Amino acid sequence: MKNTADNVVIIGASHAAAEVISTLRKAGWEGKITLIGDEENLPYQRPPLSKAYYSGDINTDKLAIKNPSFYEMTKVGLVLGARADSVDRANKEVVLENGTRVSYTKLVLATGTRARLLPVEGADAPCIKYLRTVADVDDIKSTLAPGGKLLIVGAGYIGLEVAASAIKQGIEVIVLEAQERVLARVTSEPVSAFYQDIHRQAGVDLRLGVGLKRFVTKEDENFAELADGELVKFDCAIIGIGVIPNVELAEHAGLACDNGIIVDEFTQTEDPDIYAVGDCSNHPSQIYQKRIRLESVPNAVAQAKTAALSICGDNRVYDQLPWFWSDQYDVKLQTAGLMQEHDEVVVEGDVAARKFTVSYFRGGKMIALDAINSPALFMKAKKRICMDLQVDN
Amino acid sequence: MATITYIEHSGAKHEVEVKNGSTVMEGAVDNMLDGIIGECGGCCSCATCHVIVDSAWYEKLDAPDETETEMLDAVPEPTPTSRLSCQITVSDELDGLVVQMPEEQF
Repeated sequence: MKNTADNVVIIGASHAAAEVISTLRKAGWEGKITLIGDEENLPYQRPPLSKAYYSGDINTDKLAIKNPSFYEMTKVGLVLGARADSVDRANKEVVLENGTRVSYTKLVLATGTRARLLPVEGADAPCIKYLRTVADVDDIKSTLAPGGKLLIVGAGYIGLEVAASAIKQGIEVIVLEAQERVLARVTSEPVSAFYQDIHRQAGVDLRLGVGLKRFVTKEDENFAELADGELVKFDCAIIGIGVIPNVELAEHAGLACDNGIIVDEFTQTEDPDIYAVGDCSNHPSQIYQKRIRLESVPNAVAQAKTAALSICGDNRVYDQLPWFWSDQYDVKLQTAGLMQEHDEVVVEGDVAARKFTVSYFRGGKMIALDAINSPALFMKAKKRICMDLQVDN
Repeated sequence: MATITYIEHSGAKHEVEVKNGSTVMEGAVDNMLDGIIGECGGCCSCATCHVIVDSAWYEKLDAPDETETEMLDAVPEPTPTSRLSCQITVSDELDGLVVQMPEEQF
């Protein structure tokens, strides 16, 4: 279908990368495919890092998104353990840190995000960790024996998932959150209150509305100094205060960026030969009629498909309803849609039995739903939201 | 190792060798078969790996848990032998398993 000398280069060994490869080959792409990744690993799943991988329920084999044989079958040139330094758009080449140049016909940026650093004194101490990679988890676990004290800064998904995984292993867990409730950025008060309860019931020392002044080390012991002067002792701390999209490659190449790399409904940047997909992309949502950037596997996978098809000349508008999940203890949260800008909240089900839903409406139309241990209602809500909102469009 | 037969909605058959410990979903996506999507990576959250298990085989599988049963209730066309293929772990005993992939995943 295309000249076999053509090369699709993907930067970022990720969920999106695996999907781009698979979709390109299924769509008949006969040219080359090159995957550049800064870790040594083949693409692996990150969501289990704070859950099943942390608790030891699965090993690295199970983290792999595809079998190693998949990359042979699809004839992918693997350039792993290599960081892309810049994109030379004039010559259509990716320049690696070691100076190697890789020429592309089409380039897919799947650079993802990185952890936001905590800007307080002492945060550069070796006992302060971030959780993004397999190596990060292995490192954290090696420093924490059962009975150890883990301090988590930030009660978002990552922080709470790690709290649940760690406490199961007999680790003492303290969570500090600056906001007055957990998951404040992504959900409503009833859901926050529910998660606060289940973590406290499990024994997590959850402290809300707490300021963190600095980290100090005294006589080989680590402490977090809170705004009121209290010292909280810990062995290892994990910072989970959000992520920053990796836009620098695109930005330095002169592509528009604003909370992510700006793309259109086909995941194309302003350069028709460069696409950006997944967590690093800022894209138009047809459903919500605004630009959004999502941190989610389903979005990365679906955008990857859109990009690969577009490369093969099949332009299909990307229009997936955002959805998310989080597993903590015996509780599965599935979220359909985006709840921001709702004007009505409806709680149904049995909160005490850990089985309920919270629906969000705007102008009488359902815009989102949080399903706690209610997978069937989550499935139905996905359809309902699409129906309700598409009437709007 | 087990040989698993995946039948597309169109009737096209694919025989694939899947290693023990993998799931039936992984066997399909690793081999780029159409008809099993597996959006959530196998944590029973998305129901895009719905398969209809050959009835002779259905009884031989471990029963689905509560989450899977509920998800299956909500797929577009559930059948009495529907399963989520990410919840079926492959072993030698499953050699010869036959699954059909529903229209909704094409």
